[in-house]
Amino acid sequence: MANPVAPWGNAQFDGFARIREIGPLGMITLRVKRDVPGLAEAFAALGLMLPDPRRITAAGEKSAGWMSPDEYLLIVPYAEVGAALASLAASLAGQHHLAANVSDARAVFRIEGAKADQVLKKIAPADIDRLAPGELRRSRAAQVAAAFWQDGEGYTLVCFRSVAGYMMGLLSHSAMPGSELV
Amino acid sequence: MLTLECPYCGVMADETELSPGYEAHLKRFGPGSTDEQFEAYMFARKNPKGVHFERWRHAYGCGKWFLAARDTATLEVFGTYAAQSSAPPQALQDKIKAKRPDWKGF
Amino acid sequence: MSTRLAKGGRLIDRSAAVEFTFNGRRLKGFKGDTLAASLLANDQMLMGRSFKYHRARGAVASGAEEPNALINLGRGAFMEPNQRATTTETFEGMEAQSQNHWPSLDFDVGVVNNALARFLPGGFYYKTFIHPRAAWKHVFEPVIRKAAGLGKAPTEMDGDRYEQAYAFCDVLVAGGGIAGLQAALAAASGGARVMVLEQTPFWGGRAPVDGDVIDGMPADTWVKTTVEALEKMPNVMMRTRCMVAGVYDHGYVLAEDRIADHTPGDGRPKKRLWRIRATRIVAATGALERPLSFAGNDIPGVMLASAVRDYVTNWAVSPGDRTVVVTNNDDAYRTAIALKEAGLVVPVIVDARTQANGPLPTKARAMGIRVETGKAIAKVKGGKRVTGVSLCMQAGEGAALEDISCDVVAMSGGWSPVVHLWSHCGGKLNWDATHAMFRPDATRPPISHDGQAMVYPAGAANGALKAADALADAAAQGAAAAGAAPFTAASAEPREEAALEPVWVMPQGAGYKLKSKMWLDYQNDVKVSDVQLAAREGYESVEHTKRYTTLGMATDQGKLSNINGLAILAGALNRDIPNVGTTTFRPPYTPVTLGALAGEARGEIFQPLRRSPIHAWHEANGAYFEPVGLWRRPYCFTRGGENHAQSVEREILNTRNGVGLLDASTLGKLIVKGPDAGRFLDMLYTNVMSTLGIGKCRYGLMCNENGFLSDDGVVVRLSDDTWLCHTTTGGAERIHAHMEDWLQCEWWDWQVYVANVTEEYAQIAVAGPKSRALLEKLGGMDVSAETLPFMSFADGTLGGLPVRAYRISFSGELSYELAVPASYGLELWEKLVEAGRDLGVMPYGTEAMHIMRAEKGFIMIGDETDGTVIPQDLNLGWAISKKKADYLGKRGQERSFLASPDRWKLAGFETLDGSVIPDGAYIIAPGSNANGQGNTQGRVTSTYYSPTLKKGIAMGLIKGGMGRAGDVVEFTKIGGAPVKAKVVDPVFYDKEGANQNG
Repeated sequence: MANPVAPWGNAQFDGFARIREIGPLGMITLRVKRDVPGLAEAFAALGLMLPDPRRITAAGEKSAGWMSPDEYLLIVPYAEVGAALASLAASLAGQHHLAANVSDARAVFRIEGAKADQVLKKIAPADIDRLAPGELRRSRAAQVAAAFWQDGEGYTLVCFRSVAGYMMGLLSHSAMPGSELV
Repeated sequence: MLTLECPYCGVMADETELSPGYEAHLKRFGPGSTDEQFEAYMFARKNPKGVHFERWRHAYGCGKWFLAARDTATLEVFGTYAAQSSAPPQALQDKIKAKRPDWKGF
Repeated sequence: MSTRLAKGGRLIDRSAAVEFTFNGRRLKGFKGDTLAASLLANDQMLMGRSFKYHRARGAVASGAEEPNALINLGRGAFMEPNQRATTTETFEGMEAQSQNHWPSLDFDVGVVNNALARFLPGGFYYKTFIHPRAAWKHVFEPVIRKAAGLGKAPTEMDGDRYEQAYAFCDVLVAGGGIAGLQAALAAASGGARVMVLEQTPFWGGRAPVDGDVIDGMPADTWVKTTVEALEKMPNVMMRTRCMVAGVYDHGYVLAEDRIADHTPGDGRPKKRLWRIRATRIVAATGALERPLSFAGNDIPGVMLASAVRDYVTNWAVSPGDRTVVVTNNDDAYRTAIALKEAGLVVPVIVDARTQANGPLPTKARAMGIRVETGKAIAKVKGGKRVTGVSLCMQAGEGAALEDISCDVVAMSGGWSPVVHLWSHCGGKLNWDATHAMFRPDATRPPISHDGQAMVYPAGAANGALKAADALADAAAQGAAAAGAAPFTAASAEPREEAALEPVWVMPQGAGYKLKSKMWLDYQNDVKVSDVQLAAREGYESVEHTKRYTTLGMATDQGKLSNINGLAILAGALNRDIPNVGTTTFRPPYTPVTLGALAGEARGEIFQPLRRSPIHAWHEANGAYFEPVGLWRRPYCFTRGGENHAQSVEREILNTRNGVGLLDASTLGKLIVKGPDAGRFLDMLYTNVMSTLGIGKCRYGLMCNENGFLSDDGVVVRLSDDTWLCHTTTGGAERIHAHMEDWLQCEWWDWQVYVANVTEEYAQIAVAGPKSRALLEKLGGMDVSAETLPFMSFADGTLGGLPVRAYRISFSGELSYELAVPASYGLELWEKLVEAGRDLGVMPYGTEAMHIMRAEKGFIMIGDETDGTVIPQDLNLGWAISKKKADYLGKRGQERSFLASPDRWKLAGFETLDGSVIPDGAYIIAPGSNANGQGNTQGRVTSTYYSPTLKKGIAMGLIKGGMGRAGDVVEFTKIGGAPVKAKVVDPVFYDKEGANQNG
């Protein structure tokens, strides 16, 4: 079994911001209500912190994002998804929940540099300047769904795998030298 | 292009993040209902000029359906609330009544 | 002649000369020029021809309102028609050409229309071309089409780059004149996030030209100081060359940013469309001067008084040596004074008012300028250029008193606030009779989502025409818009001006002959006489008159003509202006280029193209793709010199006789889990899913509440509380939303979660009698009929990859669908191709899939269904539970008309001659309907040549359905005799299912 392939071959573009496809990352979608007993412990067992609404918490290579009142996105190393799913199944046994591996259903991009925010401002109808620290924003990136958050000097953006090529083209166009917003 | 605040995630969402679901608070009529009941459920829409209750889904956001009270003529939004409501919250109804004294009520 | 003055020009840089061409002629301008200024500086007054009569036209204005000077810029991939010379900046190497003439600007054949003007009155489009009927198609339309339109459409793909950007602010200030700057300062001082957008390249608007003094400084200095102060504020964003095009619901604003119009080729995007959400909008959009209606007011050289002042003051351009000023107000005297101060000649100021004794007229007289009150222009003389005017009494009928030679007429009919942004979302207007203008009615603003006013008009746009009033108004409006504390306005030296006197026709008693030469709409050639004719013919509504005469329908959208036209209409109808009302103001304020509206969405990223994990292999191996929603799926894979039909035939025969591979990754995959998941699926599907055994698959149908079939697919039970539902390609998002809708809005107490895992898995159908052998070659799991019978699945590995193998078949052959994590999709596909080489494995595309399913009589959503078909129509009663009390669509299907024996139902069709029934063909019934159309009794839904059976096969809906078996019916065929076909069983191939079950 060869290594898993990132949807767009880890493409890269250097404009006024740097665009990089990263991954594949291990990702789990977890549907569960917040008041389920043991939820915080289930996160803790994975080395994760239960995020507040519209936030993402990070711990080393792992992070946990709030996607909706009953949905979380857990990010772990690709090879650890199976173990993480097993851990969740054990922690939440007997509690109504759904945990599914979505590692391969996603494409992940990094938008980096001092002007990375300007790339997002061109594609998402979201008030980027008013994003709170640690805020995960689900929105639109031009014509497709996307989620993004600030991480270091730049942003991480997640979209569906099938539109990875579109996203790379969109981000590259938006980061073209000379098209800075300010 | 409207903006509506999603009551689930608190995002002030641009209309392009939303998908519409038309009139809210319809009562479903299934097998055993009369033709008149079923017709009203499927087809008879209020379509008022003025206060109206609608379903919206934060499709590009948290994915949740929610309900909105809005004036179809002025586009004023009186409030948004959870989809799991069989009637608009009383406080919202009171607010609408105060702003639109002629409103006949929900 | 028009020329460049030796001194002055506040906007030009005389040290930076630029060379450009106009109609091939090399000309010089300066940095800071508009093209109109550069052309006038080169004595090029004639800039274009009008739309209808091809009359000679020069610039009448100096800004966005210009109706005449429309220019073609650039060439090839960089050609842009219909650019206003008055707002286009001159740059080095610019190529400009005039439009709407043939063979040349100076000699235009189309001007013959002018001579025929009396035969082309208002509404002539609707009157002239009625009879004879045939002439429209063969004579009138071709001729009109050839003559119609302004400019030429580019023939090459646009070579420039465009983009869009979102912005959010508390207060958006539209307009960077003194009112806009003052409002921005007031709003921003309270901490609000403010954007200030100015459509021209310069801040300050008209005040510097008009010589205002603000806070003891010349307006220019105050503007510079204020802009610097605003630019230092971190909460303020300022942009010039950015036109606010429209205000929409809830503070949504579109603005066009002309980034690189004036610096082509510098690598920047040409334009950017800003999509702004503003909590409040300050419309500091100024006011536009109105022309006066006198005969010959369209001859090149007749200009707005403010424009003449602009050319002299801003660009040091003298439009002419001798300028007659004609006015009904004091403001135009500023133009006469500015000209005189620049050393030019003003033979006379013609003032329609009986008196003019304010400070400005007094100053003009003191400078030695002759002022004639109570007078009017009877007519302007000249053809391609003004040569003089005849004066008359304003109160009379136009008898000439005196002829005066001149080469420019500077006219002023008063000012109209630019209320467009106020009005776009429904802000109402009041008629201010004192100033003869519509102004915003503060009690009836456009409102935002909170029920509060959305737009705050400020300054001249709010009717405050004088600097001191404008600043005070803007400070108040800016602070109010931001919800900030009151802000002390800058103070301007007061201007004392006497009231204007409305003058709608000059002279007042002008007869038809003069009125037919008084232009209202310059671009569309609508005259005073046309509007009066429309009124006589019964057009009382201003909206109807507009469309009948085309008044205000040109590219300038009536910025100069609307109020004058309205006043003429009111006069003709003997009504007050407010009782006639205005036409609706609609965005955009000035035209926005289509490139900016398209933004980044062109070429490769025109649309999100969805690719399967195996897409790259398909591309490299001869796939011919077809769009399925946003997906691109291989239609077929061509080899050698095959055409598509030959490829499809080969793929089908290879699958039927050997083994084929289909990329089925696009099928929707939804996990449904929870204690109530079985109950939920029983409501969603027409059959029972709760009883499905773990490890088993079942075909299911989904209907909407109307009862109509909306989707189908195989449902798999993964565990006690978990199911996996397959949807059609492209149905995943829709069905996912459908499930969430019912779970969130109707059965919210049911414990069910849904996850869309469509893209997590690549899915490969391995179909054909040799499919089992192929999987066994890869090895890793038992795929035998005993372990893995038809309609079951198993998890395991194949070729070392983790797979879930389903024994399901859409081809009717022995078939496996293999789901593998998408990252390994390509690897599994390549392993199958490699291992299957000696079995003759070939990929097949969607067309082969469609034909094979049709051979098996399997329905396809979208072919056999169209939103009006219930499962019972398709003989799918077997997939509908009789036991369930309820499912979505059950009540709908109980409606009497759906049980009618007359409904069209599914059957198979075989042509008698073996040919293929045309797509979309109807089955002919005897007789015809009330409209004389032939009756029908059914239609074809799927029709193909079957390579397996070597003949045409079809499915279709026919009245009576399979009860008609054996009947011979006729299908329509365009351009041929009807096709005879026999009604047969729709399952053409392997009726017993021995192959798929094997």
